[in-house]
Amino acid sequence: MSKHSLIIFGVMTLNTIEPMIEVISVSKSFHNKTVLEDISLSIPKAEIFGLLGPSGAGKTTLVKLIAGIDRADKGEVRILSERMPKLSMLNRIGYMAQSDALYTELTAKENMEFFASLYGLKGSGRSKRIREAAELVNLSDHLKKPVSTYSGGMKRRLSLAVSLLHEPEILILDEPTVGIDPVLRQSIWAELDRLRRGGTTILVTTHVMDEAYRCQRLGMIRDGKLIAVGTPDELMAKTGSQTIEEAFLHYGGVRP
Amino acid sequence: MRICALVIRIIRQFLHDKRSLALMFVAPIFILWFMSLIFDGEVYTPKLGTLDIPERFAEALEEQGAELVQYASEEESERSLEKQEIDAVLRFDGFAPTVRLEGSDPSVNRSVLMLLQNAMKSAAPQAMPELNIEYLHGSSEMTAFDNFGPVLVGVFSFFFVFLLSGISFLRERTGGTLERLLAAPIRRAEIVVGYLTGFGLFAVVQSVLIVWFAIDVLDLRSAGSFWLVLTVTLALAATALTLGTFLSAYASNELQMVQFIPLVIVPQIFFSGLFHLDTIVDWLRPVCYIMPMYYGADALQDVMVRGGGWSEIAPNVYVLLGFSFLLAAANTLVLRKHRKI
Repeated sequence: MSKHSLIIFGVMTLNTIEPMIEVISVSKSFHNKTVLEDISLSIPKAEIFGLLGPSGAGKTTLVKLIAGIDRADKGEVRILSERMPKLSMLNRIGYMAQSDALYTELTAKENMEFFASLYGLKGSGRSKRIREAAELVNLSDHLKKPVSTYSGGMKRRLSLAVSLLHEPEILILDEPTVGIDPVLRQSIWAELDRLRRGGTTILVTTHVMDEAYRCQRLGMIRDGKLIAVGTPDELMAKTGSQTIEEAFLHYGGVRP
Repeated sequence: MRICALVIRIIRQFLHDKRSLALMFVAPIFILWFMSLIFDGEVYTPKLGTLDIPERFAEALEEQGAELVQYASEEESERSLEKQEIDAVLRFDGFAPTVRLEGSDPSVNRSVLMLLQNAMKSAAPQAMPELNIEYLHGSSEMTAFDNFGPVLVGVFSFFFVFLLSGISFLRERTGGTLERLLAAPIRRAEIVVGYLTGFGLFAVVQSVLIVWFAIDVLDLRSAGSFWLVLTVTLALAATALTLGTFLSAYASNELQMVQFIPLVIVPQIFFSGLFHLDTIVDWLRPVCYIMPMYYGADALQDVMVRGGGWSEIAPNVYVLLGFSFLLAAANTLVLRKHRKI
């Protein structure tokens, strides 16, 4: 065995020993209504994992548990073997919610400065990261404008840039490309791919089928249960579908 | 560090939002000035109708500042009374004077009767020796505005800070930014302290402005120290701030926040000393002890009207700070609803 392949082997075993995100038999209910039921999931480093499912299936609830905002009723969520929720782990996670969550009276730059400071960035390092993140989502020319003058797509992009500011190891994106035009969507996915190759683990919820195909693995959620996990090809083969959409409909119970 | 970021953000938001800035600084000044014009005016001059009264008595009445209108018949005077052209009619039934009041405004009634008594005294000076009047606090020049002006200073500090901080915190929640804030490694207590500091800075500026305007421009009587007045208004503002952010957790939109005004602010104004608390029904009186405005207004009147020092107002200020501390702790707990750690 050459030295080179040894290193690769080493990295691979590390990955299998210590997954980035680990969800172990998690259940969660609100007001006696079960939203998540006995979900187990493991996501290794440098993977884009897509969560698919109809509205109200529990995707956002699961994402919030992983982001450390909420706590599971039963089971546990572990990030890098640390049990969540844990305050110090939040620095290693970037979270972009479904709503844009921006201060509309402030300028884009002021928004970014604020969130960057929350993650402990300051001075020239902070300015550099703001420039880079703005570049990434194509907003460099609009940083001085108040967010209230932004279009829906611009807000979505800014929101994404904010979640990238502190270069998190884990990026959690709840429907990141809603309201973004196809051209920009392509460039955002290209960026997500680049981040993944750089070692970032990305968890993304989506409704867009061609996006689902760009994920390494997919998880199908329905009525609070994780009903299937696998690569897009595996899921299509298992259900005998030609497209991801068909597989989605199959698992959604629309098609027998 | 994170608190600092939060404070800077709140300041920037304020500076971008000119309307809120105006609401906080211009509105209280304007209302205060308006109130001073209304209540600082001249003493009311009653208009009296007369029906054949002795010359000497009419002179005495005019000396006291009354405006007299002579009537020939009772029907004529009655008609004027009904049209509210005059406040009262005075006639002599034999030796005894009789006054018939228009009667719809108690304060006008009082000033008519007071004027009549003074006139009768000066018309027959031998009846009673002149009364010497001394004041422990205040003076004969003190107006109604001097008495309740301090209360207004407190009410404004309280009201505007309550509304702005409450709505701002509410927006944080409904706009989703609170969730994003809580996805960052910031402690819940840091959020509360950041809000307290950010809005506190504006409350300081507002308090300085209100107190300075009331005392130096409107010439509101202030027997005590400017700094003590400021201390009290700041303690009140801190309570308003924590109360506003706390209650915002129980409102789901801006309208519901505004609905707290008749529920929370207006009753406090009633208990703040604008009305005499001694005349309130017994069972209601203890209620004032849970109202921050009661302590604030009482302390402000102590300083401004009675010239009290720190030892007089200290208990009140401590109570207000206690309220703020409890509410800030409650805020931190309420945030648990949004993030468990």
